[in-house]
Amino acid sequence: MANNKIKYSIPSYEITDISTFKNRRNIIKAAFASGLLGSGIRLHADDNKPKWSGLSKSHLSIDTPNTPKEIIENYTNYYEFSFNKNDSTVLSQRLTVDPWTIEISGEVEKPGKFNLEDLLRQNTLEERIYRFRCVEAWSMVVPWVGFSLGDLLKKVQPLSTAQFVKFTSIYQPEIMPNQKSNSMLQWPYEEALRIDEAMHPLTLLAVGMYGDTLPKQNGAPLRLIVPWKYGFKNIKAIVKIELLKRAPNTSWNLFAPDEYGFYANVNPDLPHPRWSQNTERLLGGGFFTPRRKTELFNGYAEHVAYLYKDMDLRHFF
Amino acid sequence: MIDKKNLHFKILVICWLPLLLIIVDIFLDHLGPNPIRALHIRLGDWSLRFLWITLAITPIQVITNWRGMSDYRRMFGLFCFTYASLHLFVYLVMDQALQWQAIGQDILESTYIWFGVLAYIIIFLLAITTPNRSKKLMGKNWKKLHRFIYLASLLAILHYFLQLKGNLALPFLYALILFILLSFRLILVFKTRQVSKLMLPKGRR
Repeated sequence: MANNKIKYSIPSYEITDISTFKNRRNIIKAAFASGLLGSGIRLHADDNKPKWSGLSKSHLSIDTPNTPKEIIENYTNYYEFSFNKNDSTVLSQRLTVDPWTIEISGEVEKPGKFNLEDLLRQNTLEERIYRFRCVEAWSMVVPWVGFSLGDLLKKVQPLSTAQFVKFTSIYQPEIMPNQKSNSMLQWPYEEALRIDEAMHPLTLLAVGMYGDTLPKQNGAPLRLIVPWKYGFKNIKAIVKIELLKRAPNTSWNLFAPDEYGFYANVNPDLPHPRWSQNTERLLGGGFFTPRRKTELFNGYAEHVAYLYKDMDLRHFF
Repeated sequence: MIDKKNLHFKILVICWLPLLLIIVDIFLDHLGPNPIRALHIRLGDWSLRFLWITLAITPIQVITNWRGMSDYRRMFGLFCFTYASLHLFVYLVMDQALQWQAIGQDILESTYIWFGVLAYIIIFLLAITTPNRSKKLMGKNWKKLHRFIYLASLLAILHYFLQLKGNLALPFLYALILFILLSFRLILVFKTRQVSKLMLPKGRR
């Protein structure tokens, strides 16, 4: 059947000429810059020069245009601060990210507390352009800066008994309103991976994006990025990494076990109980841009499908 | 004295105002990083608000004894339909780009949309039977049909609840207002029954 193609037509006179469109944006931007238009949009971009410009781009990167920085910086969930994306971006600026210590413990030969600065010196930073797919059915393409979680774990030498890796986010109720009021999730936020998922070369500890340090709302100073899983697995502001014998509880799974699984692998054929996961809104497009078809494992099937080859993905979702 | 004609015009302008502000925001690029979703949510919100306003007319009338409001109930109802239709338009044309196969699958797999579709079908039927002529033509059935607005309001609030990941504060507020609006009617029905019972001769009460 030939009707899979996009079948809508906009008369050509209704399509804004691209230069007019860009020009309009420039005029608006200029108006913002000169303070003419007040502060309808809060853009959190600092003008200092980027910390890691010119990093080598990893071969694991995808070849797709990046989502504009302002979009990534202004469209992110941080439930500790607020359930609303705008407010959480504003409130997360309260976080102090320097100095930062990460504790690694559990089933490892060399547990310890590590300064983030030391970890940055000991590990090779790379730029990795990954797809990011939220369970809310939107997606973006982010040029992360970070290092392999597996490389870090190898340095602390996991014992053979280590089957799972648990991550804990920062607990600071004095600056995080929803931790203070004990709202919704059990705080601090916790996530986990199976050890083979954690050691997978795609699994990244991100410390930056767009060649610079991570904005606070995007998980500064250190967050997990597992590109074939839904966004909520990618825990922000990590303070503790534990290697465990058994699978721990994870925040969203504990909150609604039939809606958010432990694995949370991106899967277009398995709808969330209340909404479809078949397509996604790739941010940065215009009005009338069709949605993107969601791919199994977010397009990383060739790299990760083997991890789940004997598993029923409908059961272990 | 309220100038009735003037008031009618003012309310009409106020009801179009949310749409005007949305259009202004489109042109100023103020809809944020996910403009289609922002548009979709704002139109849905207004549709819900107008539905609640429509339902609030009867209680306000009864409490204040001000009969002038009933002329506006129809208008608010039609605005609910207008914003709901725009909400649907954004979904079909802007978000899904009229790709019918994808739309079919999306609706089938998304329970929250089922309730939205049902609510819209009801609102649509109420809107097309608005003219006085159809009211006359349908006789008693008109009132029966238009009572389905209560069902539509329940479906609409479910549609709102089911699409959210958490943070149910706002839909709870809407649900609370709806509860008050609907229970007012129940009390009214109960009271009229009591009154009509009292009007019967003693032996038949």
